[in-house]
Amino acid sequence: MEAFSMLAQLTGDEEKAAQAASSAGFAYGLAAIGPGIGIGYLVGKSVEAMARQPEAAGMVRTTMFLGIAFTEALALIGFVVFILIGL
Amino acid sequence: MSQTPAPMLTRLDGPATEVSISRDLVRRGLIVAPVLVAICGVLWGLDGVWSSVYAIALVLVNFALAAAIVATTARISLGLMMGGVLFGYLIRLGLIFLAVFLVRDAAWISLPALGATIIVTHLGLLLWELKYVAISLAHPGLKPPAHPAKTARS
Repeated sequence: MEAFSMLAQLTGDEEKAAQAASSAGFAYGLAAIGPGIGIGYLVGKSVEAMARQPEAAGMVRTTMFLGIAFTEALALIGFVVFILIGL
Repeated sequence: MSQTPAPMLTRLDGPATEVSISRDLVRRGLIVAPVLVAICGVLWGLDGVWSSVYAIALVLVNFALAAAIVATTARISLGLMMGGVLFGYLIRLGLIFLAVFLVRDAAWISLPALGATIIVTHLGLLLWELKYVAISLAHPGLKPPAHPAKTARS
């Protein structure tokens, strides 16, 4: 309730800045969830593959590492949007 | 019907491929760094130069850290590797946030240059590396030979 009363006291520019900051934080949070799920799925399947076929582990590890890095790029794009509009 | 061995007990003692990939990414990153820095310098001035240097360093350290986590944990167990990758993702995102948060008000920082360099360097290096990795993994016969002349003669 205190936060709401503080928000009500903000002037036009301050309110815009507060809205931009909260939108940026929300966008970054959303952008980090997707890659988190993606990396979890990717590594889980890779671990399963490596446990089944240890002789193919080198190939699986290579593609897994690149997959992790590509998935992480989505989170980095979200982070860049966050620093550009909210930081 | 074959059973999957327990991932918590399985460990990988072979060569750490991700370390060599990461080393290769860093090498390529250092090759293209002057070009990126020059472009940022033209677009954003001296602030752009410093910001792009900082962003390139962030991306390369991030790659190296990711590879080190995978290589270290895979030697212990695959289950630990999975945990290491997931928590490593959170920790690395936190470190990048911290690294940018600490310099956000510095006089030499240009946030658009920093953001653009982070995305371009990360994706560009991955696509460049992927070209070579995809050729050597999917079609080993298509891998470029070390000595093209010798291969052509034989």
